[in-house]
Amino acid sequence: MSIWEYANPVKFMRVSGAALPWLAIAAAVCTLGGIAWGFLTPEDYKQGSTVKIVFLHVPAAMMAINIWVMMLIASLIWLIRRHHVSALAAKAAAPVGAVMTLIALATGAIWGQPMWGTWWEWDPRLTSFLILLLFYIGYIALWSAIEDPDSAADLTGVLCLVGSVFALLSRYAVLFWNQGLHQGASLSVAPGERMSEVYRYPLYVSMLGFLLLFLVLVLVRTRTEIRRRRLAALQAREMRA
Amino acid sequence: MIALLKRDLALATRAGGGFGLAVAFFLILCALVPFGVGPETSALRPIAPGILWVGALLSCLLSLDRIFALDHEDGSLDLLATAPIPLEAVTALKALAHWITTGLPLVVAAPVFGILLHLPGQATGWLIVSLLIGTPALSMLGAFGAAITVGLRRGGLLLSLLVLPLYIPTLIFGTEIIRRGAEGGDPTTPILFLAGITAGVMALVPFAAAAALRVNLR
Amino acid sequence: MIDLGKYAGTVLAAYGVSLLLLAGIVWQSWAANARARRELEKYEKNG
Repeated sequence: MSIWEYANPVKFMRVSGAALPWLAIAAAVCTLGGIAWGFLTPEDYKQGSTVKIVFLHVPAAMMAINIWVMMLIASLIWLIRRHHVSALAAKAAAPVGAVMTLIALATGAIWGQPMWGTWWEWDPRLTSFLILLLFYIGYIALWSAIEDPDSAADLTGVLCLVGSVFALLSRYAVLFWNQGLHQGASLSVAPGERMSEVYRYPLYVSMLGFLLLFLVLVLVRTRTEIRRRRLAALQAREMRA
Repeated sequence: MIALLKRDLALATRAGGGFGLAVAFFLILCALVPFGVGPETSALRPIAPGILWVGALLSCLLSLDRIFALDHEDGSLDLLATAPIPLEAVTALKALAHWITTGLPLVVAAPVFGILLHLPGQATGWLIVSLLIGTPALSMLGAFGAAITVGLRRGGLLLSLLVLPLYIPTLIFGTEIIRRGAEGGDPTTPILFLAGITAGVMALVPFAAAAALRVNLR
Repeated sequence: MIDLGKYAGTVLAAYGVSLLLLAGIVWQSWAANARARRELEKYEKNG
């Protein structure tokens, strides 16, 4: 029994179908619970009630980056071991990642308006996220432009690889270009810089919720892709017959 | 391999406008900017490095889809794929031909357009240096984008969408060289970064481009 | 009702936009999946 057995579409459909309802419930509870808990936290002495936005902003930003990493891994698995489910999972993840990036940017802009006095600042972190959004858009556009599914998987896989290198490169180039306003990482391990526990626990719940939500969405979207692929295969077989 | 390069250069010049078109576009772009921001030297001078680099980027983009498209249509790309030279070398040569017909003319023309935008005199040298180091990377990355979109019917727009984000690091370091040069600072650090990016791109991207071409020729 | 102070508009806008976007992607995924399943079942039934 190895993990590669799940690369079999039939097995994947069976296992994911059985797990989905439970995962969906857990995702809904954690996401909505985390957000609601965050909404009810007390005000920060400096930021006022805008501190509540962190429970959306940080999990979305975290997922925006991690989803790209997951797409990179899935693309590599496809390019090296040719498992179709892996390529489809990368395809399924991209729109979710784009939405997460959009949420991080939107909540950041809305928060920045009263706090920094501007909707947008060409700060390294903000700029990097904008660039990440461009890469997501290019990746999704390439998937939808190519008709042959295997070629599409190959080409988007190569693009994801090259794009990852350049996204990382841009991250550091941007740092060189402009030093920013954005505060450092929200969840620092260094003592004394930590967020107070009142904010930390709802944030953990919310992050877990976003992660589970992403898992559910990827599974659902991958199942959609498998079904579409199967339908296309059946129709092609009938055409030949 | 030399023969292939010569053939590509001959094709580009004979097709008409291979050399001239990108430079003409560059000129129009640089001429349009003052209409947008006003003719004052104080307004143009600080943005001149950025305009020149963005202009070079866009001019480079114009002719990218032709790197492989013509050869793909008449089938000579299939012949090249089965030729004794590796496909990686073919893509690198194609990028080189694109650079000679587009990048090099831009480098030569840029100082003249710099005058139009009131670029300070001492920055002109750095403008040439930065473009000379940076434009080969633009051509090579463009060849990668062209290789990915070669089989598509409406690949042009998609090509721009895929390639432009890849140009960001080159653009950042390229303009930084000129800005520091114009202020009389020391541009060694951005020059090294830019050269590093170009070297890395030249070494690695041909493999990605060749892989994409093989998929499209399947 | 919880008092959000002077930043009420900001906080509510951020929550509104985020929940809207999340709901959008969830709905889109679910609808596409339901459609793919319907089409496949229809096809498999009719042969």
